[in-house]
Amino acid sequence: MNKSQLIEKLAVLTQQTNKVSEEAVNIFFNNIKDALNSADKVEIRGFGSFLLKSYGAYTGRNPKTGDKVYVPEKLLPFFRGGKDLRKRVDKGSQGPQPSFDPTMSED
Amino acid sequence: MVKADIVRAIELKLGLSHTDASDQVEGILHLVKSTLTEGEPVLISGFGQWKVREKKSRIGRNPKTKEEYEISPRRVVTFYPSNVWRQEIVKSLNKN
Repeated sequence: MNKSQLIEKLAVLTQQTNKVSEEAVNIFFNNIKDALNSADKVEIRGFGSFLLKSYGAYTGRNPKTGDKVYVPEKLLPFFRGGKDLRKRVDKGSQGPQPSFDPTMSED
Repeated sequence: MVKADIVRAIELKLGLSHTDASDQVEGILHLVKSTLTEGEPVLISGFGQWKVREKKSRIGRNPKTKEEYEISPRRVVTFYPSNVWRQEIVKSLNKN
């Protein structure tokens, strides 16, 4: 599934226009990005959490030429799936499917 | 940041009711989750990609008792951030 498919499916699922679901999808992902770009982390219950993870510098090699390459320390976004997501994905389509019930979506 | 913060942002920017904004967020999470549950990847350009990977069974060891046991084959979700986002993080770090 790509972004435009997500937008279309979301519009159908929530009975909103594509315009609304497109904006919602953009706000959703941009907010997660902005949070991490300013060194905050994001936790979404049942889905997972996003955080910046630091990876130490190392000396790698160009696999083609064998030359040594110095790779400096870097910060990358890291996603850890929540319990529910991990369980469902591991069980696959044989397991119970996640449900969407608008009336149950209050926090 | 938590889910309620994203719901609030959608409420304010789109002028939706709290319930409608919450439905948008729950809907996104539901669609991403069910796609991954079917083993299909989710690709959000500019953000990143979730993929489902099959892991083979392997021998694990309880570090306390040193007992060996088999870790069953499993499917796991891995997230790969997009190059665009990686560059944004490099830039925002240089600013600070």
